[in-house]
Amino acid sequence: MNGLGEPVVHLQDVSLNYGKTQALAGITQDIPSACMVGLIGPDGVGKSSLLSLLSGARRVQHGTVQVLGGDMASKAHRDQACPRIAYMPQGLGKNLYPTLSVEENLQFIARLFGHDAAERRRRIDDLTRSTGLLPFLARPAGKLSGGMKQKLSLCCALIHDPDLLILDEPTTGVDPLARAQFWELIARIRKQRPSMSVIVATAYMDEAQGFDWLAVMDEGQVLATGTPTDLLLRTRCQSLESAFITLLPEEKKQGHEAVVIPPLQSDQDDIAIEAEGLTMRFGDFTAVDHVSFRIRRGEIFGFLGSNGCGKSTTMKMLTGLLPASEGRAWLFGKEIDPHDLDTRSRVGYMSQSFSLYNELSVRQNLALHAKLFHVPMAEIDARVREMAERFELLDVMESLPPSIPMGMRQRLSLAVAMVHKPELLILDEPTSGVDPVARDNFWRLLVRLSRREQVTIFISTHFMNEAERCDRMSMMHAGQVLDSDAPARLVEKRGAKDLEEAFIGYLIEAEAGSTSTTSVPEAVPESAEQTAPSAPTQGHAQTPRFSLQRLLSYAWRESLELRRDPVRATLALLGSLLLMFVIGYGISTDVNDLRYAVLDRDQTALSHDYTLALSGSPYFVERPPLHSYEELDRRMQTGELSLVIEIPPGFARDATLGRNAQIGAWINGAMPSRAETIQGYVQGMHLHWLAQKSQQLSGEAYATPVEVQTRFRYNPDIKSLPAIVPAVVPLLLLMLPAMLTALAVVREKELGAIINFYVTPVTRTEFLLGKQLPYVALGMLNFLLMSVLAVAVLDVPMKGSFAALTLATLVFLVISTGMGLVASAVTRSQIAAMFAALIGTLVPATQFAGLTTPVSSLEGVGKLIGEAYPATHMFLISRGVFAKALGLADMQHSFMALLLAAPLVMGLAIAMLHKQER
Amino acid sequence: MRRTFSNIWQLSVKELWSLWRDPVMLLLIVFSFTVMVYTAASAIPDTLNNAPIAIVDEDDSPLSQRIAAAFYPPQFTQPERIGVAEMDAGLDAGRYTFVLHMPSNLQRDVLAGRPAEVQLNVDATRMDQAFSGSAYVEQIVSEEAEAFVQRHRTDAALPVELVLRARFNPALDKTWFSSLLQIIDNITMLAIILTGAALIREREHGTIEHLLVMPVTPTQIMLAKVLAMGMVVLVAAALSLQFVVRGLLEVPIEGSVWLFLTGAALSLFANTALGIYLATVARSMPQFGLLLMLVLLPLVLLSGGATPRESMPTVVQHLMLAAPTTHLVQLGEGVLYRGAGLDVVWVQLLALLLIGSVLFALSLQRFRRMLSQMG
Repeated sequence: MNGLGEPVVHLQDVSLNYGKTQALAGITQDIPSACMVGLIGPDGVGKSSLLSLLSGARRVQHGTVQVLGGDMASKAHRDQACPRIAYMPQGLGKNLYPTLSVEENLQFIARLFGHDAAERRRRIDDLTRSTGLLPFLARPAGKLSGGMKQKLSLCCALIHDPDLLILDEPTTGVDPLARAQFWELIARIRKQRPSMSVIVATAYMDEAQGFDWLAVMDEGQVLATGTPTDLLLRTRCQSLESAFITLLPEEKKQGHEAVVIPPLQSDQDDIAIEAEGLTMRFGDFTAVDHVSFRIRRGEIFGFLGSNGCGKSTTMKMLTGLLPASEGRAWLFGKEIDPHDLDTRSRVGYMSQSFSLYNELSVRQNLALHAKLFHVPMAEIDARVREMAERFELLDVMESLPPSIPMGMRQRLSLAVAMVHKPELLILDEPTSGVDPVARDNFWRLLVRLSRREQVTIFISTHFMNEAERCDRMSMMHAGQVLDSDAPARLVEKRGAKDLEEAFIGYLIEAEAGSTSTTSVPEAVPESAEQTAPSAPTQGHAQTPRFSLQRLLSYAWRESLELRRDPVRATLALLGSLLLMFVIGYGISTDVNDLRYAVLDRDQTALSHDYTLALSGSPYFVERPPLHSYEELDRRMQTGELSLVIEIPPGFARDATLGRNAQIGAWINGAMPSRAETIQGYVQGMHLHWLAQKSQQLSGEAYATPVEVQTRFRYNPDIKSLPAIVPAVVPLLLLMLPAMLTALAVVREKELGAIINFYVTPVTRTEFLLGKQLPYVALGMLNFLLMSVLAVAVLDVPMKGSFAALTLATLVFLVISTGMGLVASAVTRSQIAAMFAALIGTLVPATQFAGLTTPVSSLEGVGKLIGEAYPATHMFLISRGVFAKALGLADMQHSFMALLLAAPLVMGLAIAMLHKQER
Repeated sequence: MRRTFSNIWQLSVKELWSLWRDPVMLLLIVFSFTVMVYTAASAIPDTLNNAPIAIVDEDDSPLSQRIAAAFYPPQFTQPERIGVAEMDAGLDAGRYTFVLHMPSNLQRDVLAGRPAEVQLNVDATRMDQAFSGSAYVEQIVSEEAEAFVQRHRTDAALPVELVLRARFNPALDKTWFSSLLQIIDNITMLAIILTGAALIREREHGTIEHLLVMPVTPTQIMLAKVLAMGMVVLVAAALSLQFVVRGLLEVPIEGSVWLFLTGAALSLFANTALGIYLATVARSMPQFGLLLMLVLLPLVLLSGGATPRESMPTVVQHLMLAAPTTHLVQLGEGVLYRGAGLDVVWVQLLALLLIGSVLFALSLQRFRRMLSQMG
């Protein structure tokens, strides 16, 4: 395999910056084709950035990236090359859709590459058979184990027969058996397609040992290249790990020396932790299944296992974070009680994610923990200083954790866990993502704690070489401890050559006994053998500019996801109905059931007559009469009375004598618009009474010279609901769909599945229209529900053409979902997208679109926005149909405006979406 | 006991630091208590502003012209003269809110003392503008007609005059009420967002489980959040009341600000607890955002601030008694504008305390359950 072919990748001075951070620093390098290439180096040295450039997922910033004989900066070449590249991004199943089943995930990707139904079936069956996923086709991807997720990811990548396979840390966090199976699978596929190039990034040096060609990376640069044997010879090292350290620049490996672990000397009977039959169940899933162990004081005890095997859960039970479903555990001879705060101060805990407060400085983090552990106030400063010195943090005391290097953050995490000088340290994968030098330094700290200070250390890891350093260890798999002993003894017991082989042995044994997990896949079936040589160009030479299949494929997938996300679906349907009620009643302008009382200081027939006229009104509710001004004050203060009629003494006398008599009306002005309405009512009633009286007195009809006949058109009873509901329906159809589509795209950005859009032939138009389709459909359903609710429950008549309204709503939904897409194209986080969508819809719609104040009454910019904003026209149409009995022909102008806006908004969304990550 | 207080204090200080280093939230607080309060109070147009009106004048007499000339900006647009035929189409298309139709022979009938009628067509889908505007139009027509007639005859009507006085806000200045309402809405909104977001962020960063391995209890963690965020919002509200409402907007405040702040503190207790509750229901920040919309809108719109409670269906009125905003709106209105004292608003204070305690207990229960299921 050493006859290296033509370079598949040619890099010329390639640099990449994320803001101020430089990820790649001017790399010039050729990568050979038709072989297994490994990029090695710890996290954060630029491996992933380089791979995303090669796959075309990220835009080239500086330099030339040539892949498969063309420049990746050119769109024409990408269009032609991307279908020949398969990219599996970092992170377990990051490009998978967790709520979709294995079958649905594969179907989706296959459709994007334009395979027909029969071809898809054949390919999916072949791939899943050879990876052992066939029995799990119906299982949601989110419920697969880490190893199975990676296999599924690989299937997705291989479904279109790529010429270049790019794998970014495909086995991180996967158990060694699954890892071994994964590499076997890759080897088999390469045998079938020898021309295929594979580029792998990995942090496991032992894995890289088997590759054909390696590039060692650090700080965005390539330190060395060559075959593994080359590298070992050149550095005169035994293992790649030490070779890597040797290759590092001088200042980085300063002070580095191999970790030496002095033998443990402790009392056999001095037990720090004891667990017996610990079990944890979440629903019907057993995360930890009858785990027992004993850890002596001062011992370093390791838990080795893959992601999700129950390591963290066991540790959480020991710290009291989770109450065990079954079984018991003792710390220092005392049974664990989650409510016992005293034992907690004897334990230090450091979790996987280095949970530090990012908003607090290093000093504040240390001090806060010291205070919460009740280190005496006087000692706190000294303690913080001591910790900082010991863990070499003095230089960064005032910095915030996110701004310091990973290795330092890890030390800070440990310092925080140690600040109260615990006797027991529980460390949950403390070294993941830290480079080998920092990892060794970290272990030296641990060794000192254990051997010199007799601190018991309980540590979990998925690195074999770390497990080897423990005094004793347990191998965990699927919630069970397979065996516990000193690492050397375990290797011996299985007669294996190293710990990894021993672990694999245990795993195979365990899986033979259970049927729930994958069995080792059988030899590659014949059929797969046949498909492999299929002409590499077939299926991807002709990628049409627009494909309905790809569009529908996205629509299909989006609707599946929506159906399986109860919160979003509920909000979309129930939420709109609830909000319709709320807003319908919330913006009511009806004034009724006004509480009023009379202060009648005249007490004559005429004054009684006046008050009677008021009590006859349907708008007013009379309360017990008032007797004094103090009472008036008090009862208006409590808000009991909105209106008080005061009739002065001598009112009847003055009136009949023709002297000017006055009646006082006190109105609660605290709520001004309501007070205005009350004023109107009282005045109307007063005039009415006057007319009546004068008719009685003079016998002839008293009339104002001109009677104004007011006809309230469209809503003769001047009820609030019929005026508001026709506007609320479009308002909600604007806000909610916009919000949902905004989330739909950004969610993919945040969770990582957007990579499928970056690296498959799907175009921006297909992607956006496909995503939009289900939400338009959902919006239509929503519209029907709200219409029914409006007519049947809220009693709002619909007088005009329902067909016209439906048609307009359809166009309007394209616009509102389009606005959401625009919001999502410009934002990166879900929260930002939500805010953008909300502000972009709610503010103009309620302020400028004529919801309460007609656009024609607005001035200046507000008026311009109002006239251009699509919701304005939809409000007119909705009100026209609901209240004004209009049809489409009567509202041509508004309808045309909507028809014009729809392609504009969509065009904007498409123009603003990038086909590559920037 | 001393340890408990010390823990709560330390955790509260930590919350404040976290908030201090979060520019987005700080901006939100400042923005909502300054710009939003100011604009809510000053940007609300008068009910009648540029109301579009058209006139169908079939009489074309001095009287009808006099009436038509009485409508002018800024209350109304310059009236457009249209024909009868254009009336319906104009209303249908939403071009006019009012169309005043004066028939032929209007002046002749008026002068002859015969009953005369003009017709006012109102587009009632225009809500506020239509409802209060029509009264205005009627009044203007009557006044103009009356004045016109005055020159020709005198009439004896019953000499009873109605004197209208608005208590607490004599000029019916909308700034007063809107600024207060905005402060109350802000108190509700920020209390929920700040506490909810703080809890979700801690959960997403994994720091919450870190706290739990320390000698602190869930109650202390929750109390610290409630206290810290409550304090921040309360101080911001007080400053806004003093400098924006009293200072900038020059709204006179009759009653005791301290009494109002006491009520606000109690409602913050309830709302922050609600924020925690929502944060335990939501699994992520976006879900929290969606939930927030569903909860915040009813709280704000149905509190009695936007619409008088009497106008709501009885069921809604009763349901909303369980919402802290309802009581705070009543209390704020009573104390700040009607000068009510403790003897009047003790009911609301008690209600807020009760609601707060229930919400706190419920949230604590959910919070505990969430912590125990976090594995």
